[in-house]
Formats: sequence, structure tokens, C-alpha cells
Amino acid sequence: MNEATTSHDILDWLQLFLYAGAGVGFILALKWLTHPTTARKGILAGELGMVGAVVGTLITGEIEQWIWIIVAIFLGSIVGTMIGLKVPMTAMPQRIAFSHAFGALAAALVGTAEYLLGTDGLSAFVLAVLGVEMLLGYLTFTGSLMAFGKLQGWLPDRPWVYTGQNLVNFGFLLVGLGCVVMLVVDPANTMYLWPIIGIGLLYGVMFVLRIGGADMPTVISLLNSFAGLSGAALGFAIDNPILIIAGALDGSSGFLLSLFMSRAMNRSFSNVLFGAFGQEKSTAVAGEHGPVRETTTEEVAMLLDTASLVIVVPGYGMAAAQAQHKVAELTDMLAKGGTEVAFAIHPVAGRMPGHMNVLLAEADVPYDRMIELDDVNGDFPRCDVALVIGANDVVNPAARHDKGSPIFGMPILDVDKAANVVVIKRSMRSGFAGIENELFYQQQSSMLFGDAKEVAAELVHELGRIPGRAR
Amino acid sequence: MFEQVQLGLYVFVLSTFIGFEVIRRVPPLLHTPLMSLTNAISGISLVASLLLAGAGHEGYATVLGAIAVFSSTMNVVGGFVITDRMLRMFRKDRQRPARTADTGGEES
Repeated sequence: MNEATTSHDILDWLQLFLYAGAGVGFILALKWLTHPTTARKGILAGELGMVGAVVGTLITGEIEQWIWIIVAIFLGSIVGTMIGLKVPMTAMPQRIAFSHAFGALAAALVGTAEYLLGTDGLSAFVLAVLGVEMLLGYLTFTGSLMAFGKLQGWLPDRPWVYTGQNLVNFGFLLVGLGCVVMLVVDPANTMYLWPIIGIGLLYGVMFVLRIGGADMPTVISLLNSFAGLSGAALGFAIDNPILIIAGALDGSSGFLLSLFMSRAMNRSFSNVLFGAFGQEKSTAVAGEHGPVRETTTEEVAMLLDTASLVIVVPGYGMAAAQAQHKVAELTDMLAKGGTEVAFAIHPVAGRMPGHMNVLLAEADVPYDRMIELDDVNGDFPRCDVALVIGANDVVNPAARHDKGSPIFGMPILDVDKAANVVVIKRSMRSGFAGIENELFYQQQSSMLFGDAKEVAAELVHELGRIPGRAR
Repeated sequence: MFEQVQLGLYVFVLSTFIGFEVIRRVPPLLHTPLMSLTNAISGISLVASLLLAGAGHEGYATVLGAIAVFSSTMNVVGGFVITDRMLRMFRKDRQRPARTADTGGEES
């Protein structure tokens, strides 16, 4: 904002209104996202808000040099559109992690430049905000890249832990914050900038190293929140309200989502971040239970044919096998034959919040067939066949009664209350939490081993062969 | 300095509050589009990047600014495009509830 001139000209007023309009646009965008029928209108509101914010920024005469801006916007739009159009829905978690990285990088770079440009003239408040902003921005940058690598399969999915890791990480963070303090105490000295950048970058890597695949939904949401907060901090530093508004909205969204995710696992925030799930040894021995019953696709097809309510429980295994289209085909066949079909969606199934919903929507499954945990659990007792596809920990009854289990207390889908449970799974390997699933050994359960996509295709085939079934 | 902090803090607190109230009502069904939309909105650092890249500063600041403009534009454009693509896929059941037997005209 132009503080040198006392009389604001018409363009300043225009900027004010455009910024206010942009704020309204962003809030409406989120408000309309509360229902699938209004959600697309929300995108338009968000886009208009963004256009308002950009136009409002460009018109006030603070821009003297246009060439770089035009080139960068042009290139950014091309790359953004290509990514937006080309990325398959199955790669959505990676895509989101990737873009968090670049959003945070932008904020961090601007913060760094603002600091270097105004070393003597910056107030203590601005210095402190910039310091924190850089720390947050750089750690979100590398943290998101790490998450991207893990989700893309370039880095191992399992958490990487060593003794004293928390202490080391905490120490690093403390040194980073110490440098921010020094930045404020000794503003003439730019020496503290470099450790802040270095520690931010390093901490992002170390922080995500110890996060395993099943905790990705929480961590991705948290990184979302960080990206927003660093934007808001930048808004404080350069005194720009629209940055504060958008950053705060983004920050609260990410924070809420990560809260929802850890609640859905009955774990505290700190447990997700510092506990490194998936390290515990299995508590139960397979021998305690009887052997599992293996079944065939023919048998399951007949079971499905006579069922009146089938509930499909998808998990990360369905996403990994890219089985959603075949599964959708199977359920469509059942629905056409008069069977009631529902998908039971656990909040943390998959690698990001809402992962299963997006995959199923892509496979053309209507959203009113996807039912949330609390609403679907009452339906399991009257369910004839529960088809568990690549889900494990979220259907483990041990969460309800076994106090010694690492997942004790986690809200689960009550699959064990269904008359028949068919589990499609690649092998008897335990789920992410590394514990046995007693559901598999129960009387009404049977196992269908194999790749989820192939098994679903075979089921479609078998079901089609049953006389009187329309394909 | 005081006015700057004061106004900014009001804006921040109120926006966070609105954010919590609105986002709390987003159903889990739409949590992925929510993430990708807020991701597009967090491309708002584009505004700060534009101001930096266009201010006619000495070399390095303009370079950093231009990289930032590129990254955040990519986020904004990509975020909106992909969110729209995602939301277009969400549809209600075409045929009415499955238990009333279908006439079965469609092929799949």
C-alpha cells in the first residue's frame, strides 16, 4: 500500500474493492464446496476472487517492470494447465503434495527477498514474521517434496526411524527458532538468514522421513496448512490483507483436515508426527486363530447374485491396483440386477482425505452410493455380503476390544457384523499398522487372494455367466 | 507498526474463524477437492510475488520474484483446473435407487 501519498487516487480505491471482492470470492468458493451440486459454482467464485486479487495488485502503479511478470505468468499458466489436465486421478495425492511444495517455495523466496532488500528498515515485528515465514516456507517445500517422493513410490513408503530422532529433530527446530530470534535482536547482521534457510530445508526432509504411508492423509493436510500460514505470514510482513485472508482460510482448512484425520485414527497429533506408526511388531500370532477360509470367484459371484444388500469397503489396495473401474462395473451390474449397493468410506482410507471418493467418482460411481463411516455402520447387520477390497486396519475389530492393539479405539467400519465377508487381498501380509486382522479368521469371512483389479474383472465375468443376469 | 499488526491480526483472526466454520461443513466426500481448491487459493502468494518481481529491484530480487510468480501461477492455474476436473466427475445416481428393479435398457 502506498503510504507516501496522502491522497489516494481512484486506482487505490479500486484495489481496495477488488481485494474485498476477492476475499468474498474465496469464502464463497469454500462455502459452496459444502455440497456437490454447488461445488463447481464455488470454483468459479474462487477463480474470480483470484483474478480480482491479481488485477487489484497490478493496477496501482507499484509494478514498474512487466517483462518478467508476463513471461513467468505465461510459463506458469502453461505448466499449470498441462499438469491440471494431464495428471491422472490416481496420482492425485502426489499432485497435491507437489503443488504444496511450489506454493510454499514461492512464499519462501519472496520472504527471503523482502528480508534481503530491507535489512535496516524492517521493524522487529516484520523481521520476526519474515523469519518464521521463511522457516515454515522452506520446511514445507522440502517436506512436500519428500511426501511427493513417497507417494510417487520413488522413496520407501515405510517410516525411516532411528533412536533419538525426535531429539535431533527438535534440536534442529530450536536452533532454527533461535536464529529467528537473532534476526530480530541483531537486524544489521544478515548472517542468520542462511541457517534459517538451511534448517528449514533440512527439517522438512527429516520431518517427513519418519512418516509412513498410512499417515500421509494427516501429513498432507498439515503441509496444506503450513503453505497457507506462510502465505498469511507474508501478508503480515508486506502489509497486504488479501494474502492474510487467503492464507488464513488455507491454514484453517489444512489444520481442520489434519485434525479430522488424526481423530479418525484415534491418535493425537503428536502421535502421528512423532510416533512413527507401523513400527510395532504384530501382537497376535496367526496360530491363535483357525486357518483362513479361501474362496473362489465363482462362489463369491453366486453369493453376490443372491444378496440384497452388498457393501463394498475400499482401501488403499484398491487404489494401488487401480481396480476402481472394474469394481464400479461390478457394482453397476449388481445394481441393475436389483441389488442394493453401497460403498463404505473410512475417512483415512487411502493416502489423502477423500481419496476413495475421488477414485470412485472417476469410475463413475454416483456419490450418493458412497457412505461415510457413521452413516454406514448401522447398515452392516442387514448386509448380506461385505466386500473388502484392499482395506485392512480400518476393518479390524481389534480396534473395538483389544486394549493391547496399537489401533485400539480407532473408529472402524463394522464389517464383521455382515452375514458374509469377502476379503480381496494380495496375500496374508498384515496391514500398515503391522498387526493381524482377526476379521480374516472369523466364521463368516472368506479370502479371495489376488490382484484387486483382476479379481474384480473375474467377478464381473462370473456374475455375467449366471443365467438371468443382465450384463 | 502498531496499526499494521492490529489490522492484520483482526483480518487473520476473523478469516481463520470463518474458515473453520465454513470448512467444518464440507463433507468428507469432497475433502480431496477441498484440498486442491485451498491449494489453488494458497497460490495467493502470487500477489506478493508480482509485487516483488515488478518493483524493478536489483537482479537477484527480480529473479527470485520471477521464480515465485512462476511457481504460484502454476499452483493457481493447475489447482483450479484440476479441482474443476475432479468435481465434474461427482454425479448423483442416474437410475433411481437400485432396489426398485431397473428396466435394464442400458448397456455398460
